[in-house]
Amino acid sequence: MAIEKDDFGYRLWRYDGEPGELIPLLQSAQEHFGYIPRRAIQYIAGVTHIPESTIYGVITFYSQFRLQPMGRHVLRLCAGTACHVAGSKLLIDTVQDELGIEVGGTTEDGLFTLFTVACLGCCSLAPVMMVDETTHGRLTAASVRKILRDYRRRDAARARETVAVASGAARPSGVRR
Amino acid sequence: MKQVLVGMGTCGLSAGAQAVFARLEEQLALRPGLAELKATGCIGMCYREPLVEVREDSTRVFYGEVTPERVDEIVERHLLGGEIPEDWVVYREGPNGDRGGAELPFMQAQQRIVLRHCGLIDPESIADYEGVGGYGALRKALTEMTPAEIIEEVKTSGLRGRGGAGFPTGLKWSFAAGYAADRKYIVCNADEGDPGAFMDRSVLEGDPHSVLEGMIIAARAIGATYGFIYCRAEYPLAVKRLNLAIAAARQRGYLGENILGTGFAFDVKIKQGAGAFVCGEETALFASIEGERGMPRIRPPFPAEKGLWQKPTNNNNVETYANVPWIITRGGAAYAAYGTEKSRGTKVFALAGKVKRGGLAEVPMGMTIRDLVMKVGGGIKEGRRFKAVQMGGPSGGCIPERLGDTPVDFESIPATGAIMGSGGMVVLDDTSCMVEIARFFLHFTQDESCGKCTFCRIGTLRMLEILERITKGEGKEEDIPKLRELAAQIREASLCGLGQTAPNPVLTTLNYYLDEYEAHIREKRCPAKYCEALVDFVIDPEKCTGCTLCAKNCPVNAITGAPKKVHVIDVSICVKCSRCISSCNFGAVYKN
Repeated sequence: MAIEKDDFGYRLWRYDGEPGELIPLLQSAQEHFGYIPRRAIQYIAGVTHIPESTIYGVITFYSQFRLQPMGRHVLRLCAGTACHVAGSKLLIDTVQDELGIEVGGTTEDGLFTLFTVACLGCCSLAPVMMVDETTHGRLTAASVRKILRDYRRRDAARARETVAVASGAARPSGVRR
Repeated sequence: MKQVLVGMGTCGLSAGAQAVFARLEEQLALRPGLAELKATGCIGMCYREPLVEVREDSTRVFYGEVTPERVDEIVERHLLGGEIPEDWVVYREGPNGDRGGAELPFMQAQQRIVLRHCGLIDPESIADYEGVGGYGALRKALTEMTPAEIIEEVKTSGLRGRGGAGFPTGLKWSFAAGYAADRKYIVCNADEGDPGAFMDRSVLEGDPHSVLEGMIIAARAIGATYGFIYCRAEYPLAVKRLNLAIAAARQRGYLGENILGTGFAFDVKIKQGAGAFVCGEETALFASIEGERGMPRIRPPFPAEKGLWQKPTNNNNVETYANVPWIITRGGAAYAAYGTEKSRGTKVFALAGKVKRGGLAEVPMGMTIRDLVMKVGGGIKEGRRFKAVQMGGPSGGCIPERLGDTPVDFESIPATGAIMGSGGMVVLDDTSCMVEIARFFLHFTQDESCGKCTFCRIGTLRMLEILERITKGEGKEEDIPKLRELAAQIREASLCGLGQTAPNPVLTTLNYYLDEYEAHIREKRCPAKYCEALVDFVIDPEKCTGCTLCAKNCPVNAITGAPKKVHVIDVSICVKCSRCISSCNFGAVYKN
């Protein structure tokens, strides 16, 4: 596989002591692993000579960084002002109810992790929710339940396909996750 | 040839623009030469997305709420038949400046300077930007003007920082220009954190080059050689388009070692934020770019003297930079002709909340709040009563309807106790509880406080606890003076803007809606019928179809009723968990 420029390993290898690279390094580590594992902190400390404690301090300051693995789909429910007055609290209740998790939690099957965010900047389509990189607007409790069930169904279908492929022939290589 | 443009900002995409674009692509591929298909940014009518424009010379016809099915009809009737399906036209412009369509009042009141290219050009095409005169201002600034003349022009325009504080931009530039150093920086604050504000996102997605051009001109004015754009991680599309814009600008020689052959060198890099509201504060933003925890630093020294990496730095926000090319091209005096005496030019407002037309509107400074909400915004949804506007996000406050004639500018808004902020305007109606709104913002600032100053870290938590108690009907008589006392202390003893302004939402609601606080505390009543602890859940017999869903979902079996018969909630059992409301498909459960 070709090395991509944003790849974590590539960035570590290319690190040239330029100041201010810690946060971008952490961002690409998170993109690579899905979260920031202990060994990533050690790798970064090794090349940047920034103490692990300092790196840990930066990680815990910013809400983007995670020290635990996240679900396959990350739900970001907007809790900004416009969404709040449009009833986002009810949506948060609905998602928690539908998935059986609290904000910040991950479902047992590892499919969803739920977060709330301050504002997604789609206020005129409030209330909104981001699933991975896709933004869904003008939500109701019923449409949120439908979106979640659609993701569930699609993932179940994909899992069946993968099983069929794996049992029929060689496992496809180079596919992430 | 006709052009078909689809609004592909985040708002358009989340309303379904991708499917519309795909259908158009399919349809036009079948008919080569019929029309050219293009993606563009957001024109501001977010409430009618997805929008499709058909453009021929200077005739522009906008269709709203377009679906893939409607695409077929638009192609059939408009592109092939030459007939315009009037029902779906939301706005149109003719060759002689004649305008029409249902959304004319929204567009008519506007004066678009910052948003001049949003919805007009393809943001991913530098040729499109050059085609509307893009980078002409940079050429003029580099070849015909001295740095001092650039600063003078910006001073003449009267432009003030659009991020919220309203500091005169030309003056700020002259400070950074006045310090000698081996390296100076230009920073663009694109960490648009105020919930309810989305103009910077829209400009970055719809016209990234104008922000870049503004930054390069500023760099020339102060003698900077390097720049950073600090963009929120929540705006992936903006980051993508900025990256494309920077690469294209480099290729065309607008960025790099020898810009336009003048020997002037400047380059820009994007830094993505990692989710911290306090990083909108400039010294915290610098700390974050430097790779540290984003905590504010003591000023002075001000950034113009010692900013990023202790070098002279000029920091403005996205909207401020987007104004600059227009000012350089048309002259500062042309800009100063708009607005009020002390607040010149235009301002982009993000209308959201209970207003009918939620979107982006750029109007001359000094328009009244009422005109913005009622005329531009089209009034309140569902015919409800206009109660207040929340301006300035967590640092701002609520301005009641009776002060609706307040002009929107840097002098009048702070006089009400709110702030201009970045231009987010969340409209509230009579279903909004003002104590709850204050609690909402305190929850936000308490969560986002970086923890450096004790008063901000602990004081906001104490205020939040009091407000939570009040909304649960457990408020005490002494709570109101205590809130005022804490507010004064936090304001006095916090280092940065976040803490100093955190009490504003509480203070403004205490000033204008004291009766609502008193109703919660003394009568255990929520006048807006929002606070769950103070209301009963009721089923509307008119709307209930007897589908039994609510009863099935009720965890305490408080709902009774036979299938196809009206259901009833026993309030003595109900635990107010909201499951019945979220499961009802007919909106029959309400709070009373």
